[in-house]
Amino acid sequence: MSYFTEIYHGVKTLLTGMRVTGRYFITSGKSAITQQYPDNRASLKMFDRFRGEVVMLHDENNEHSCTGCQKCELACPNGSIEIIWDRGVDPETGKKKKFIDKHIYHLGMCTQCGLCVQACPSNAIVWAQKFRKTRSTTEPS
Amino acid sequence: MLTSSLLFIPSLHDFLFSLLPPGLAKGAEMVLVGIIYLTIFAVAGLFLVLLERKVAARFQLRLGPNRVGYGGSMQTLADALKLLSKELTGTVRADKFLFNLAPYFVIITALMALAVLPFSQSMQVFDINIGLFFLIALSSVGVIGILLAGWGSNNKYAMIGAMRSGVQTISYELSVGLSLVTMVLLAGSLQLSQIVEVQKSGWLIVQGHIPALIAFMIFMIAGTAETNRAPFDLVEAESELGAGFHTEYSGMKFAYFFLAEFINMFIIAAIAVIVFFGAWLSPFGITESLPWLGVFWFLGKTFLVVLLMMWFRWTFPRLRVDQLLTLEWKYLLPLNLANLVLMAVTVWLNLTIQF
Amino acid sequence: METATIAPPIKSEEYFINMGPQHPATHGVLRLLLTLDGEIIKKVEPDLGYIHRSIEKMCERNSYQQIIHLTDRLDYLSSHINNEAVCLAVEAALGVEVPERVKVVRTILDELIRISSHCLWWGVMGMDLGALTSYFYAFRDREMINDIFEETCGARLTMNYNVPGGLMHDIHPNFVARTREFLAHFKTKLPEYDRLLTDNVIFQKRTKGVGVLSRQDAIAFGASGPVGRASGYSCDVRVHHPYSALPKVTFKEALRTEGDSFARYQVRIQEMWESVAIIEQLIDAIPEGPHQVATDAVIKLPKGEFYQKVETARGELGVFIISTGTKNPYRLKFRSPGFSNLSLLNHIAVGGKIGDLVATMATLDLVIPDIDR
Ligand code: SF4
Ligand code: SF4
Repeated sequence: MSYFTEIYHGVKTLLTGMRVTGRYFITSGKSAITQQYPDNRASLKMFDRFRGEVVMLHDENNEHSCTGCQKCELACPNGSIEIIWDRGVDPETGKKKKFIDKHIYHLGMCTQCGLCVQACPSNAIVWAQKFRKTRSTTEPS
Repeated sequence: MLTSSLLFIPSLHDFLFSLLPPGLAKGAEMVLVGIIYLTIFAVAGLFLVLLERKVAARFQLRLGPNRVGYGGSMQTLADALKLLSKELTGTVRADKFLFNLAPYFVIITALMALAVLPFSQSMQVFDINIGLFFLIALSSVGVIGILLAGWGSNNKYAMIGAMRSGVQTISYELSVGLSLVTMVLLAGSLQLSQIVEVQKSGWLIVQGHIPALIAFMIFMIAGTAETNRAPFDLVEAESELGAGFHTEYSGMKFAYFFLAEFINMFIIAAIAVIVFFGAWLSPFGITESLPWLGVFWFLGKTFLVVLLMMWFRWTFPRLRVDQLLTLEWKYLLPLNLANLVLMAVTVWLNLTIQF
Repeated sequence: METATIAPPIKSEEYFINMGPQHPATHGVLRLLLTLDGEIIKKVEPDLGYIHRSIEKMCERNSYQQIIHLTDRLDYLSSHINNEAVCLAVEAALGVEVPERVKVVRTILDELIRISSHCLWWGVMGMDLGALTSYFYAFRDREMINDIFEETCGARLTMNYNVPGGLMHDIHPNFVARTREFLAHFKTKLPEYDRLLTDNVIFQKRTKGVGVLSRQDAIAFGASGPVGRASGYSCDVRVHHPYSALPKVTFKEALRTEGDSFARYQVRIQEMWESVAIIEQLIDAIPEGPHQVATDAVIKLPKGEFYQKVETARGELGVFIISTGTKNPYRLKFRSPGFSNLSLLNHIAVGGKIGDLVATMATLDLVIPDIDR
């Protein structure tokens, strides 16, 4: 007898499973979870904390607030940031001072850990939401 | 006993015979029929692959292919073209001859089975009196191709897959055969056109009620196993064997295996429709006056059965190889035999339902 | 007269195949050397090292803040819990007490990522057994958790949200609402998981009695997490050594005694329910307060040895730090759950079929970068 109850039970559980998928089959048309990525590029908005790449902020006069303190360079665990600096004379005070020459950010080495942005005392670098770093030569950026 | 084959397009038949001497006309006709069936084969295969992908996508809350052509309708065609242009690779120390032979075994048997299917009253190339038997016999030839593929590839994964396939096909053959025998008992003939004829007074699944329903269920399970589709896809069990017996195949040879799988699914569904659901007959004979509509009835019903098989595939986990055999020998076979007796009694006592 | 020669008995030979490093069932670059007799497994030898990145060595040259982002890359499915382990160790060594708010948020995120990890496991488990649809249903639900993480932490997988002394930012204003929305959604979907897979007769046949691990063996092999608990070994760090906000919440430890694959499956399903319960207890009353206590810019741990263990989605993760009083650890050792759980694979898979091995592997829930480091 248990032979038949086993068959009955087995078939029942199989049908339950089929009901689950069957319901999705009927209702799935609109609830599809696929995002049609390249098509929805215009409407796709990343969250404001999303870590895309590190960028240096520039204001309307194309000036940044980086002081060349090298804190970000020190904070970075894998040497993705290189600061090339120079010594010069501050025109206001006449003292010798460190000037930033170049702030180099190696995107290829960066692990998006966020430590440099945290470390910067003058909020010169922030996260950009750009996640698409390659594009074909024929399309606009 | 090849029935005069272009009968389903009578004007073309007459045209050929008026133009050419009879012998030549016959030959031309055969070639034409061959071409027509090859086209059906290719189109059905491509359509079924596309259908499977779309249906799977719906089950899984996805969209499926939707880039090539309108709504993705050209996707499989593009895939086929891509496969055509790919290099045919092989393994070192493979048995080259068997390796190359295997895909043809699989595809030719699938193609041959297509010939006996009664698409409509007149559209049937080959109406032999042992039609059903012929179909069952053919379906077991295909496994030779799979075994050869596994053996010839010189790959252990392929070998395991092929061995599983042998075990599986030999066992499930029995159930397919027996469940069809049950229905033959009711229909009283092996000839496919005859079986359809009987169903003019009610589809066999209605005529045979309970035993027919059981036979249908068994046939669907065993048929799914015959075509090596999930949940019985042990032969190519992706998470166990990579791609199973066709691991080493590429390009068009791979495409043959792939197409054959889908055509086999179509054939199993078609057999189910012929034997249980009255083939090209419309329900209650509503379109009896328009016989050419039969093709659409046939294809429509087949489509529904195919959908059922896809539903299985996208819901169930795969069985293990020993459980596969347990299911066959301990459950399906005894049930089938009991069902055969039940059917015999039903027919004997005239308990069938007829309109 | 010739003497009758007796035909030699048919000999079946054992053969071996490579499963991996590129194989769908090994979920990463793990290589298993299988010795088989037909379909029956005679021996399983894991071969490691395909994704070794010398993370422990890298930790030795990094400062304590920098170490944390490396732990994201251990068991990337419970990265937040890994981060927390290092932070807790460092905080304990420094004697820093983090604010209440930090503790609660950390625990909520822990449980969220545990659900997310178990979701992924559930989907992949179904896929390993041939039911491909489960994968997509699981990912639908996991996507919501990933969104929560992305909004609050800035990344979906390697979030690096913990810092010694607290959190990197305060939680996002939407955090609570989103989490509540997820819980409401997930509680309707979990029963569906059961209907689709757990109750399925084929699924049960495939997993029941497969890969049985006894309690003694579980302890002997150092199994932890759901693998240990399925064998009746109560090893939940959250119960025995609660950390962060865990002392404040009540929950049941998921325990089974069968020790087979199905038991491991059930433990994980139950853990998802428990995680939901834990989050529900905390989400309504996140205390106000700072999200960080100030630490020195250069953290120097006092001389000595420090150990902290946490419960990740896979089991017990231990962080052992030897400090010589400088700004880098002298030696840092991770006790990863995946490694010990893998070590018992040969023990429980022998005698099964290839299909059983796949089912067993799926319920061990291995993450290869966690094993190789
Ligand atoms: S995000 Fe991390 S890895 Fe990248 S530049 Fe900043 S500190 Fe370096
Ligand atoms: S930490 Fe900020 S201010 Fe200092 S060098 Fe880096 S970007 Fe410039």
